[in-house]
Amino acid sequence: MSLFLIAALPFLGALFPALLIRAGRNAAAASAGFTTLLAFIGLLLNAPAVLRGEVVQARLDWLPGLGLNANFYLDGLGLLFAGLILGIGLLIILYARFYLSREDPMGQFYTYLLLFQGAMIGIVLSDNILLLLVFWELTSLSSFLLIGYWKHLPAGRQGARMALAVTGSGGLAMIGGMLILGHIVGSYDLTVILQQKELIQASPLYLPALILILIGAFTKSAQFPFHFWLPHAMAAPTPVSAYLHSATMVKAGLFLMARMWPVLAGTEAWFYIVATTGLITMVLGAVIALFKDDLKALLAYSTVSHLGLITMLLGFGTKPAAIAAVFHIINHATFKAALFMTAGIIDHSAHTRDIKRLGGLRKLMPITFTIAVIASLSMAGIPPLNGFLSKEMMLEETVNTLWRNSHYLVPGLAVFGAMFSAAYSFRYIVHVFLGPQRTDYPTQPHDPEVGLWLAPALLAVLVVAVGLSPNLLSGPVVSYAAAAVIGDGEVPHFHAQLWHGITIPLMMSGMAITGGILLLWGHPKLAKLWNAAPRPEAKVIFDAVLGGMTRTSQRVTDILHNGSITRYSAIMLVFTTAISLYAYHTGVAAEATRAVQQAGALPIIGWICLVLATLFIVLNHRKRLLALVLIGVVGLIVSLSFNYLSAPDLALTQISVEVVTIILMLLALNFLPKDTPVESPVSARLRDAAIAVTAGTGVGGLIYALMTRDFIAPSISEFHLANSYKGGGGTNVVNVILVDFRGYDTFGEIIVLGIAALVIFALTEAILGSKVRAYLLNRKPDLPQDGDPHPLMMVIATRVMMPLALMVAAYIFFRGHNLPGGGFIAGLIAAIAMLMQYMASGFGWAAERQRVYYHGIIGSGVLIAATTGMGAWLAGKPFLTSAFGYLHWAPLEEFEWATAALFDLGVFLAVVGAVMLTLESLARLAWQPGMQSEHPMDINPARDDAPTIEKEA
Amino acid sequence: MEILFASAVGILTAAGIYLILRKRTFPVILGLSLLTYGVNLFLFATGRLMVNAPPVLNKYAEVPYTDPLPQALVLTAIVISFGMTAVVVMIALGAYLSAKDDHIDMVEDTKRAGDDA
Repeated sequence: MSLFLIAALPFLGALFPALLIRAGRNAAAASAGFTTLLAFIGLLLNAPAVLRGEVVQARLDWLPGLGLNANFYLDGLGLLFAGLILGIGLLIILYARFYLSREDPMGQFYTYLLLFQGAMIGIVLSDNILLLLVFWELTSLSSFLLIGYWKHLPAGRQGARMALAVTGSGGLAMIGGMLILGHIVGSYDLTVILQQKELIQASPLYLPALILILIGAFTKSAQFPFHFWLPHAMAAPTPVSAYLHSATMVKAGLFLMARMWPVLAGTEAWFYIVATTGLITMVLGAVIALFKDDLKALLAYSTVSHLGLITMLLGFGTKPAAIAAVFHIINHATFKAALFMTAGIIDHSAHTRDIKRLGGLRKLMPITFTIAVIASLSMAGIPPLNGFLSKEMMLEETVNTLWRNSHYLVPGLAVFGAMFSAAYSFRYIVHVFLGPQRTDYPTQPHDPEVGLWLAPALLAVLVVAVGLSPNLLSGPVVSYAAAAVIGDGEVPHFHAQLWHGITIPLMMSGMAITGGILLLWGHPKLAKLWNAAPRPEAKVIFDAVLGGMTRTSQRVTDILHNGSITRYSAIMLVFTTAISLYAYHTGVAAEATRAVQQAGALPIIGWICLVLATLFIVLNHRKRLLALVLIGVVGLIVSLSFNYLSAPDLALTQISVEVVTIILMLLALNFLPKDTPVESPVSARLRDAAIAVTAGTGVGGLIYALMTRDFIAPSISEFHLANSYKGGGGTNVVNVILVDFRGYDTFGEIIVLGIAALVIFALTEAILGSKVRAYLLNRKPDLPQDGDPHPLMMVIATRVMMPLALMVAAYIFFRGHNLPGGGFIAGLIAAIAMLMQYMASGFGWAAERQRVYYHGIIGSGVLIAATTGMGAWLAGKPFLTSAFGYLHWAPLEEFEWATAALFDLGVFLAVVGAVMLTLESLARLAWQPGMQSEHPMDINPARDDAPTIEKEA
Repeated sequence: MEILFASAVGILTAAGIYLILRKRTFPVILGLSLLTYGVNLFLFATGRLMVNAPPVLNKYAEVPYTDPLPQALVLTAIVISFGMTAVVVMIALGAYLSAKDDHIDMVEDTKRAGDDA
């Protein structure tokens, strides 16, 4: 199966649970499981090739200009991680089906889970670091949704926020690091980067890149000092903890370190940063874990500790350590996921996770007990389980490690950590399951149904099986994964065995286990000491830091954004004017090359009217209705100037837009105050006038300078003029540009227009749904009303005009390709024809006769335009390529057909729908009961008011 | 004619800007409309001014044509500006209806509320 499909399957599958939840919880779970299974099978199909030493690739140049390619590859490391993600994912899906209660929205859960799974798969399969970063951020986002899944719990919300803040900011650091890395190598492809060890390590940017990338990895994998988010994320439902915090998300940081190991590891900086951080984290996590009474908190800190262990191994930078790290990744995933699931089972059945309230569960929950014992002993490092093998490999590596010339520091601390690790593992068994049965459990514990224990049981079987025959079961995977980590082209030999005589590691193991037993024995006293000792609380610090940052940014924002839009506009205008003035003073203007044309009488008259109207608006803008009328005058003159200056299409468009705009503003003014009071002092007005005049002079001067000079390069308009008829089949070049040359722009534009109309519709709905509705219904008009809102003459006239106007629209539409006209103008005219009915006969009357909703008209317009565009694909041409031809039907004149006309029909419909929806929405605000005359001039014989007349007679 | 055109664009822009700097929604909307005229005329004029040369191809004679591209761009701009005006009008209306106040500044609101109290 193609790697593309494996990476895409979880994302595609994420749709199903959300939809299928209506068919029941089983259907939702099954769909999620099926998708995961499919991807898992797809992965397994690729496994033989990888285990032969090949690297499976899938490449797609996505944005090659940015170096962002959708390249995926699968090597041993990718196979190991993808296998864990999908395999444990399957078990989690099964477990979650039985874990979540009836009240939990299960469809959402599986959708989030699959999104997360897809993001993880994307990380481990990416062959491009930019792509990897995208998936990396996706895991942060989707894990946020999963951790905060129980939205009603404050702990869940806070934990989710903390996880997002920590891993998200780490992700930002990593973006920086990765970009530096890509810059050093000159490629963003991992397979290329991984070949360039010398180049990268010799670069002066190596250290910054390393630190930034490590911050990303450490935050994700909960390494000290970023470890604190992981325990707080335990507020998530247990399946989430078992999945994210044992096998997948927290391993993403480890994966990244392993992935980058060939080029980043091996230096002193790497050793001291990574190994030390890992060591501290391992010891610290283990110590804290022993003193946690919440089962999940115990497991969370133990996870922190084990992640530290693996980080430390990767930090050693030696081949055997890398092999041990890979092996422990598998082992930790198996026993820790199983342990989280048993913790969930206990919580589910006893309704508490507090160790102090548990104990003696051995007889009550024998199955859970067996699973928990196997997994815990593996975690403690007891033979013959898999945890023992990798822990011993770890101890062996520490013995060979020199830290600042000290032979004893690393092994000593490792044994110390392992001691606590053994202690908390034993505690998980002894304090929860052993001891006397109690009588005060919140509810009587019992073993759960098979669906809940099957998944951890399978994992426990793996724990034992890998422990007994590690080389057969995990050998090939570990070898090839380690080969990918080491990256020198050789496949290392992996050989683990339970017994190889009395060695130093074995003695260290023995010390750790003995020490662990002693620690557990002294636990009550130690716990008292521990609880009495003062220690920093991470959440308090985190909240304080975050609060401080929030307050600072709030202060900065308050200074910059004081809520005065006038001020923002003024600042922006002054700034723009200032930089324009600067450009004017420092730049050099070319000589004027075009002669100024003589103006006839008409332009002078038009200019005088325009200037007078504009000045009048400014002076009298407080009388709003008057200003509106004058705006109409300005619009009219603008459209006449378009006509005079050889732009008939623009003139037609401007005048029809003018009509609808004025109607729109009139409708709005109906609700607004009719006058603007004087508020600003004279000084403020003078200041504004100064800004306005300066800016206006600048704009006027600029266009004058432009108009008196020729183009410095030939314009592409020559091409349009030359090809309009030959290539586009139309003689109206403006229309051909709109529907053909630049059809994509037009297509985008009608979508924007449609969205604007829908926004207005939504706003209207919101207003009508609020308290404002009551006010609107009881509003008293503030101006004297006309006696007859629907005068007879006007009603008759508009009804006669309706078909005529539509006819004109059709005419304008059809001639558009060759003469001024087209979809935009025709759409506006048709809309005006319908608006006339609203105005003359009333909203109620018109709404009653409306058969098709305007939303639908907008939608069909966009769809028609899109399908026309896609039609070009059938001919093997790019989107929106038009075709045309000529038909000759006697006795008609020869006429043209063009697919562009269909596209223009889409434009027409979208414009009609958008204009009508906009104005209709506004008109709905004005509607009041009893407002419309019942039947304005409606001659309808079927109507039942005839009997009334008879009665009167 | 270029002088007339440029001065008209300048005056429309200046008037538009002055009204945009007012404190109530309606003058600002009027200002936006005036500014739109100014900007559209400006864009249109980048194709240079020509009289009696519409960009409609003449099959029978060699005649000059004006630049069609700015016209096509301005045509869509006119229609889009209608959409924009409509949305702004609607937002202004919604704000006024819910708060019975048509100031565009939020800072004034809080101040006024403080004065009332």
